[in-house]
Amino acid sequence: MESKETLVGQPVATRDLPAAKLSGATVRFGTYTAIEHLDLEIEAGAFYTILGPSGCGKSTLLRLVSDLIPAASGEVCVFGKSTEEARLAREFAFVFQDAALLPWRTALENVELPLEIGRKRNVRIPVGPRNPRELLELVGLKGRENALPHELSGGMRQRVAIARALLCQPKLLLMDEPFGALDEMTRDRLNLQLLEIWRETGTTILFVTHSISEAVFLGQKVIMLSANPGRLREVVDIELPEPREMKLRDTSDFTRHCAYLRELLETC
Amino acid sequence: MAVVETVLTTDLLIQARNTARRQKVTSVIVPIATAAALVALWQVGVKGFGVPTYIAPAPSDVAATFVDKFPLLMQNFWPTFFESVAGFVVGNLAAILIAVAFVHSRNVERAFFPIAVFVNTIPILAIAPILVLIFGPGMTAKVVIAALICFFPTLVNMVRGLQAVSPQTLELARILSASKSEVFWKMRLPSSLPFLFSALKISATTCVIGAIVGEWVGADRGLGALIIDATFNFNSPLLYATVLMSSGLSVLLFALVSLTERRIVRW
Ligand SMILES: Nc1ncnc2c1ncn2[C@@H]1O[C@H](COP(=O)(O)OP(=O)(O)O)[C@@H](O)[C@H]1O
Ligand SMILES: [Mg+2]
Repeated sequence: MESKETLVGQPVATRDLPAAKLSGATVRFGTYTAIEHLDLEIEAGAFYTILGPSGCGKSTLLRLVSDLIPAASGEVCVFGKSTEEARLAREFAFVFQDAALLPWRTALENVELPLEIGRKRNVRIPVGPRNPRELLELVGLKGRENALPHELSGGMRQRVAIARALLCQPKLLLMDEPFGALDEMTRDRLNLQLLEIWRETGTTILFVTHSISEAVFLGQKVIMLSANPGRLREVVDIELPEPREMKLRDTSDFTRHCAYLRELLETC
Repeated sequence: MAVVETVLTTDLLIQARNTARRQKVTSVIVPIATAAALVALWQVGVKGFGVPTYIAPAPSDVAATFVDKFPLLMQNFWPTFFESVAGFVVGNLAAILIAVAFVHSRNVERAFFPIAVFVNTIPILAIAPILVLIFGPGMTAKVVIAALICFFPTLVNMVRGLQAVSPQTLELARILSASKSEVFWKMRLPSSLPFLFSALKISATTCVIGAIVGEWVGADRGLGALIIDATFNFNSPLLYATVLMSSGLSVLLFALVSLTERRIVRW
């Protein structure tokens, strides 16, 4: 009875709440201000990409939202909770630029890691509808469950990291240049896969990239940051037909968005 | 078409495998042949110039002694073996535990690391008599000396290994809200293993040196005692055979550690 109530009640509540809300958030490293007075609301369920000149605080923004670093002033909420509460409830997951897999664990064991953390302390670990094996299948790694990370290509390692991030069914997925080190063909393939995962899971995604076309192709909204100090420049709506497909890149709408962002980026 | 291709790729595969095998064979044969040539040169040199056996025995003399005195050699092999292995276990275990304490608390490291460095700078030959005076002529002193010689390299490597976790792995741990002990068991300890094993391989050979030095200072059993005995009796063939035996022990321990490493560290 009780579980039924939460089942019905929860999605409604989270749909109304922003996935993340920053109010006047400032981050300092010593005397250096990395992010200054940032106001930003991340709508739940949307795909956001983050662009900006290098060193403008894109990673810092993700690390702020994921409770890796504190705000010097201002407030950051994730689904209406403090970032710490959201972290303890595993409401978000992080995908790093290098996959950050444990090299002594197989692909499957790496995906299982989140289940082992906190198990002995009786932490309630949220689990999604898919078990680790099915997640590896979802990211196209069926048959490679027992491979060690060094036996996998860069793209495969990153897919293991994505499977691991999806295990606890995060409502917010933070990705810091996850495909930045991959060749273009692999990156295109993973972009399509990621869009599919996003549509299917309904999770909110905050995706940092330094590629304008990747930002336009993936994002429903592009967050443009300016540098020194990191400030919000503009949130650009990308209105392109869904679901996004490869051939979208050859349309004039797509190139128009890219051109606009390129110009904007030059003034940041 | 497909058949031709398969045949071609199979051919290439066989060729590649043959090349690999040839390289492997060469890498084994060359050092063995070189060693055999040196031994032959030694045999011819000693016999040809008529060098007296007590100055430098010929390989054939050493081999004959090795066979004749095999029971005596084995009788002295076992004490050294046990002292080395016990010293290896004690010294490395202590180093690992202290490394864990160091990584756990900076203050412990600040307090004790200089002492560890100081102990390490004392020549083992100088500290051996002190330990024999303290622990008496039994096995204990030799085990302590062997342990001492193993201790420092493992301490340094283990501390480095426990700190070798990448910053991103630690951030992953934080995002999963991992406890300190989970970070230790699931991340720090496994990532230290390659470092630990490179230290253990050094220890596997030095622990034998420690045991033998201990036996030199005061013992009536063991390969070290036999070396002293053979030297004072000008029994050079026995001396050489004993030296061979002790390096054989080092090689054995080294091989055991290497095999264990290959089974555990597969990444
Ligand atoms: N841990 C840190 N200590 C000091 N300065 C930092 C730290 N992390 C980031 N910075 C600085 O903050 C600024 C923003 O960094 P970052 O968010 O990594 O930029 P990017 O947009 O390229 O991801 C940079 O100037 C960087 O040097
Ligand atoms: Mg960055």
